[in-house]
Amino acid sequence: MSTSIRPPSRHTHRADPVAASPLTGLGSLVRLYGRISRRAIIVWTLAVLVLVPASILAMEEAYPDQGALDARAMLLDNPSAVMMTGPYFATEHYTFWAMVANELFLYILIPAAIMSVLLTVRHTRGEEEAGRLELIRALPAGRLAPAVAALIVVSLANLALGAAITAGTLVMGGEIAGSLALGLATALTGMVFASLTAVAAQFTEHAGTASGMALGLLALAFMVRGVGDVIDRQGSWLSWFSPLAWAQQTRVFVDLRWWPLLVSLAAVIALLVLAGALSHRRDVGAGLRAASAGPRSASPALLARGGLARRLVTGSMLAWGIGLFLFALAFGSLASSLTDFIEEMPAIGEFAPIAMDDVTGSFSAFVLMMLTTGPVALIVSGVLRMRTEEFAGRLAGALVAGTSRVRLALMWFLVVLLETALMQVLLGLGVGLGVWAATDDTAWIGDMTAAALAYLPAIALYGAVALALYGLNLRLTSVAWALVVYTALITFLGDLLGLPDGAKDVSPLNHVPLLPSAEFEGVPLLVMGVGAVVLVVVGLAALRRRDLAAG
Amino acid sequence: MTATDTADTTGSASTTSDAAVVVRSLTKTFGTTRALDGFDLTVPRGQVTGFLGPNGAGKSTAIRVLLGLLRASSGSAEVLGMDPWSHAVQIHQRLAYVPGDTNLWPNLTGGEAIDVLTRGEKGAAHRRRRGELIERFELDPRKRSRTYSKGNRQKVSLVAALSRDVDLYIMDEPTSGLDPLMEAIFTDEVARLRADGRTVLLSSHILAEVEKLCDTVTIIRAGKDVESGTLVQLRHLTRSTVAATSSADPAPLAALDGVHDLVIDGDRLRFDVDDAALHDVLPVLTRMGVTALTITPPSLEDLFLRHYGDDLAAGSRSAGAEDS
Repeated sequence: MSTSIRPPSRHTHRADPVAASPLTGLGSLVRLYGRISRRAIIVWTLAVLVLVPASILAMEEAYPDQGALDARAMLLDNPSAVMMTGPYFATEHYTFWAMVANELFLYILIPAAIMSVLLTVRHTRGEEEAGRLELIRALPAGRLAPAVAALIVVSLANLALGAAITAGTLVMGGEIAGSLALGLATALTGMVFASLTAVAAQFTEHAGTASGMALGLLALAFMVRGVGDVIDRQGSWLSWFSPLAWAQQTRVFVDLRWWPLLVSLAAVIALLVLAGALSHRRDVGAGLRAASAGPRSASPALLARGGLARRLVTGSMLAWGIGLFLFALAFGSLASSLTDFIEEMPAIGEFAPIAMDDVTGSFSAFVLMMLTTGPVALIVSGVLRMRTEEFAGRLAGALVAGTSRVRLALMWFLVVLLETALMQVLLGLGVGLGVWAATDDTAWIGDMTAAALAYLPAIALYGAVALALYGLNLRLTSVAWALVVYTALITFLGDLLGLPDGAKDVSPLNHVPLLPSAEFEGVPLLVMGVGAVVLVVVGLAALRRRDLAAG
Repeated sequence: MTATDTADTTGSASTTSDAAVVVRSLTKTFGTTRALDGFDLTVPRGQVTGFLGPNGAGKSTAIRVLLGLLRASSGSAEVLGMDPWSHAVQIHQRLAYVPGDTNLWPNLTGGEAIDVLTRGEKGAAHRRRRGELIERFELDPRKRSRTYSKGNRQKVSLVAALSRDVDLYIMDEPTSGLDPLMEAIFTDEVARLRADGRTVLLSSHILAEVEKLCDTVTIIRAGKDVESGTLVQLRHLTRSTVAATSSADPAPLAALDGVHDLVIDGDRLRFDVDDAALHDVLPVLTRMGVTALTITPPSLEDLFLRHYGDDLAAGSRSAGAEDS
C-alpha cells in the first residue's frame, strides 16, 4: 500500500526501503559479531585441535597394553573416578577408545560449555548492558535479529569446535562414526549451554551475573551427572537431568547410539523458545526484575580501609564459597565408599596419589587439593579485579579521593587473601564434615580443617604472583591465569598424563604436603610464604613506578 | 610568533608562589607517539583557567600527569608547589577531580559512589554541602550507578568534586552529557568557587563555556601549548569582522593594511580587520558614507579556528567565521 503513495522513483543516495521483518539486517549482524569474536573462536578451536590428539597420545603412552587398560577400568570401581570422568561402559572388554571416551569426553564438553556461555553473554546481555544493542536496534534491524545473530555465531563456534574434535580423534585413528558423534555431541552440548545462557541473560541486567548464573548451572550439571553416575555407573535416572549426561550417554566408541542427542536438540529448542518468550516481557536494557532503590549514602564499612575491595569482591566470593563448600561435602562423603573397593584396586596408586594403607585419608587429602584450585583461581581473579577497575578509570577516582596506590593495592590484596583463606578453611571443614557423615568419626572434621590451613601459603603465593604481574605490566597479567590453568591441569591430570616431576613442580600447589595422610613438611610452606611476601613487595614497588592505564 | 608575546605577558603570573599549577616543557611519550611535546601551562591561584583543545590534542594526558597517574617523560610539573608524581597523596588531599567520562562502580548507588570519591571529607559542613549539591543537580542518590545515564554519572562526579573543600579543582570536560539547565548550575557553582578564592583548571572544547567562566586560557595543539593569556590579551591578536553597506568605491578600503578577505556583494561589504588596525579603518568607512555597519568582536571560536583552521580547507574556515 505504501508503494502507491511513494512518488515516482528518483535517483537518491538512499537504498530502497526493504520489507521489514523481525530478522531484517541479520546478515550484517552475523558478520559484525563474527568479526568481534573470530579471534576467540579460532583460539578455542585451535586449542582443542591440539589438545585432543595430544591427550590421546599421552593416554597411548600411559596405557600401552590391555593390562594397563584393565587396571584403569578397575579404577572406575571408585565412585570418585566415575564422578570426575564419565559413565563406565564397556565393562566386559575395556578398549583403548572406550577409555578415551570415558576419560576425555567430560573435559571437552566443559570447555565447549564455557566457550558457549562466554560468547553468548558477550553478544546478548553484554552488548545490551554496554548500550551497544540500543545502537543496533536504532538501525533498520529487526527486533529478533541481534539475538538470532548471536546464536548463529555461537552455533558456528560450536560447529568449529566439534569439527576440530572430530578431526583430532580421526587423526589419532578413532573410528569414523564415533569421532563424528564425539564432535556433534560436543557442539550440541555447547548449544544447550548457549541456550541456557540466553535464558539466564533475560533475568538479570548485568552481563557478569548472567555468565555467573550460566556457569553455576554448568557446575550443577557437573555435580548432577557425577552423583547420578555414582548411583549407577552406567547412568541412573538422576544423570539424565544433566545436559552433560546426554552427550556421554551416546556410549561413543563402545556401543554408539544417537538418540540421546535428540534430548539435547529438544532442550536447545525449548530453551530458546523460553528465552524468546521472556525477552518479550521486558524492555531493552532491563531485567525481568526491576532494581530496587539502594542506600542514600555509604556505610562506614564501605568507607573503611579496604571497604571498596570488600564490597566489590565479596559477592562473587560468597557465591563460589557456597558452591565449593557443597562440592566439598559431596566429595568428602564419597570417601568411605572407597574402602570397600580397596582390595580390588592394587593399581590405583599409580594413577592418583592414594595410599593403600590409608584410603580415606589419602582420598580426602586428594579431594582437598583438587578443591583448592577454586580458591587459587579466585584469589587471582580477585587481585586482577584491580586491573578491571584501572581500565574503567575507577581506580583513578579512588586514588584522587586521597589514597596512595600502595595502600590501596595492599588493602585490596589483603581483603582478597582473607576472603580466599576463609573459603579454604570452609572447604577443609566441608570435606571433613562429608567424611564424618560417611564414617561417623568426628576427628575428620578437625583433621581436614587443619589440613586446609597448609594450603594458605600456596594460595597467597598465587595472589602475590598476580599482584606482582599487575604491578609490573598490565599486559603480563594473563601469565597469572596461565599459571592457574597449568596448576589445574597438573592437579587433575598430572598423575594420569604421567608428567615428569620437574613439570609438576612448576605448580606451587604440587609442593603442599597431602595432609592429613602425608607427613607435614614445613619448609615448602615457609618458602612459598616468603616468596609471597617478596612478590607482594615487588608488585607494590612496581605499581608505584608505572603509569596508570586510564583515569 | 605570538606565543612569545603571551609568554611575556603572563610571565608575572608564572612564579611558583602565586600559581597553583606550573608546567614547563613537559613531554610524555607512549611508545612512539608523543602525546605531550614541550607543553607549558600556568594556572594562577584564585582564578579559573580554561584549557582548550580538540579531541586528541593532549588535554587529558596533561591532566593525568598533573594528577600523578602518569609519569612525565621529561620536563617539570608542579601542583600546589609539589611534584605530582612523588607527592600524589598530599596533592590529592587538596585537589578534586572531575573526569570527562565518569565510570562508576555498577552495583554501588550514586550516593555511595559520592561518599567513596570523597572519603577524606568528614563533618556536618560536608554533609550539608553534599545534600545541597545533590538537590541542585537533581540527582537521585539511591539509584544503582549502572542504571544512571551518562549525564547522571557526570552529576555524581560533579557533586563528589564540588562537595570537597579543597584548593584546586581539575575538571576534564566536566559538562559532557549535562543538559543546559544543569550546565547553568555548573557555571554558577564554578563562579562560586572563584568568588571563594579557589583555583579551577577547566578543560573543554566548548568555547562558550570557557568564554563565560575563564580568566585565562591556554590552547593546546598536538601536545604543545600554542597560545595562552587572558581573554582580553588573546582577543588583541585576532580580527574583528566588519559588515557594512555602502555604494561608494571600496578601493581605499582594500588598500589599507590590516584589512583581509574583503568580499563585495553589490553594495554590501564584508571583511576582517586586525583589531590593531581598526583605528585606521573607521575614518575610511566614514568617508565612504556607510548606511549600515556592524563590527563583530572576535570570539574565542575565531581564536580557536585560527590555530586549527589551517587543518581545514580555506573555504570551511570562512564558513566557520560566518557561523559565529
